[in-house]
Amino acid sequence: MKNFNALNLAREALRGHKGWEKQWTSPEPKKKYDVIIVGAGGHGLGTAYYLAKEHGITNIAVLEKGWLGGGNTGRNTTIIRSNYLYDESAGLYNHALKLWEGLSQDLNYNVMFSQRGVLMLAHSVHDVQSFQRHIHANRLNGVDNQWLSAQEAKDYCPPLNISKDSRYPIMGAALQRKGGTARHDAVAWGYARKATAMGVDIIQNCEVIGINRAPSGEVTGVETTKGTINAEQVGIVASGHSSVLMDMAGVQMPLESYPLQALVSEPVKPVFPCVAMSNAVHAYVSQSDKGELVIGAGTDSYLSYSQTGSMHILQHALDAIIEMYPMFSRMKMLRTWGGIVDVTPDRSPIIGKTPVKGLYVNSGWGTGGFKATPGSAHVFAHTIARDEPHKINAGFNLDRFRNGRLIDEAAAAAVAH
Amino acid sequence: MLLIHCPYCKAERPELEFSNAGQAHVVRPSNMEEMSDAEFETMFFIRDNPKGVNLERWRHAHGCGRFFNVVRNTITDKFLKVYKAGEPRPSDKEIAELNK
Repeated sequence: MKNFNALNLAREALRGHKGWEKQWTSPEPKKKYDVIIVGAGGHGLGTAYYLAKEHGITNIAVLEKGWLGGGNTGRNTTIIRSNYLYDESAGLYNHALKLWEGLSQDLNYNVMFSQRGVLMLAHSVHDVQSFQRHIHANRLNGVDNQWLSAQEAKDYCPPLNISKDSRYPIMGAALQRKGGTARHDAVAWGYARKATAMGVDIIQNCEVIGINRAPSGEVTGVETTKGTINAEQVGIVASGHSSVLMDMAGVQMPLESYPLQALVSEPVKPVFPCVAMSNAVHAYVSQSDKGELVIGAGTDSYLSYSQTGSMHILQHALDAIIEMYPMFSRMKMLRTWGGIVDVTPDRSPIIGKTPVKGLYVNSGWGTGGFKATPGSAHVFAHTIARDEPHKINAGFNLDRFRNGRLIDEAAAAAVAH
Repeated sequence: MLLIHCPYCKAERPELEFSNAGQAHVVRPSNMEEMSDAEFETMFFIRDNPKGVNLERWRHAHGCGRFFNVVRNTITDKFLKVYKAGEPRPSDKEIAELNK
């Protein structure tokens, strides 16, 4: 694969950009692979990339029922942060954050990672106490996070309305300066390009309709809409559909799938310098490099695979946005969409082995999977290659719902996060 | 927004009046201290998450306040049947018929 660098760019510019090869190919599936990854989103493509790069396993197929990066990788609000409460979460998300910092160089692909800072706004005494507890826990774990007064928050993010009589008064904020955003599509494309260059087959429009197991129980491959494909190791990385796939192998997962919505406004000149999140009123906002406000809303309250979601959820998010940033009140919203997120009882992911030999699962990212993409892919590749979890994801096993060692970020955040 | 028929109020009301209360017909054990960890996990954490027909509980929280059960398709979000709490689970045959 031809590298992106100044010399190659100049050379191609002079000959009408005719020398670039396809960034990834669309091969027909082979009969057998060493590893099959189900789901060509960021986490799945990243897993294939790290398997090839760090573990020397290149005979890999990544199967995708739709198109590459068309699921939640292309539907999130691109927020990246790592200021989670518990030690396990801090380890996992901070591992991801460190990989984010070198990802563009590593992939030779600009993922537009921008450490513009993530503000989490505190609207009540409870918020203040809870965020300060997070900050202290984060500092013990070496995770960047600091407390700002309301005025300091406004200095950092001038559009904030910090007046005392606002409906959602801002009493301060937690700021993770190393947090920010990245271009979500570029993450999938960058991983796909590098994985392809190392020999990974990315097979799109190929839906998995069954998981094959030998009489002794271990995985032998998958049934797809393009026929049977064999492999001794299968990794399920299918976000909202992970439980449907695991069901095919006879494993019931502690997962529930809900639509999570987001929306973007018309593009405007730079007005919003950072990411601001308000967990209490469910309003997350940042401005993309194209100029659109990217706004995250909440989930519907019922199971659904409809990838749409109810209107009142969006309205609720916009009500809060307008209260906190009155200057956005006359902006037009251009597009809204939904993605299906798989939520675990403790709101922490499940990354690891399953009761079925050769079957691995990386799921349960709920409403916050994008930020973890490189870290999740990296430790999942390790889990598949070594047939044992990396120490970073050891706690995120499926057994924790049986033995009670939950990683209860649900209670820590008190909302979807 | 969904329009939901409350079987007690006998009226269609907007989704905002209701709250979803998870899977229907989950039997709470009477002998919890005798359960194994695996049984407890199944009872407490494992829930149906079907892509297709789901049986679930709703509560008319801002209305009569009562619980009822529904059969709903999770792909179309259509309510196929609404029935009062305590009424028997529809048979698989009836569910298949409703989902046609």
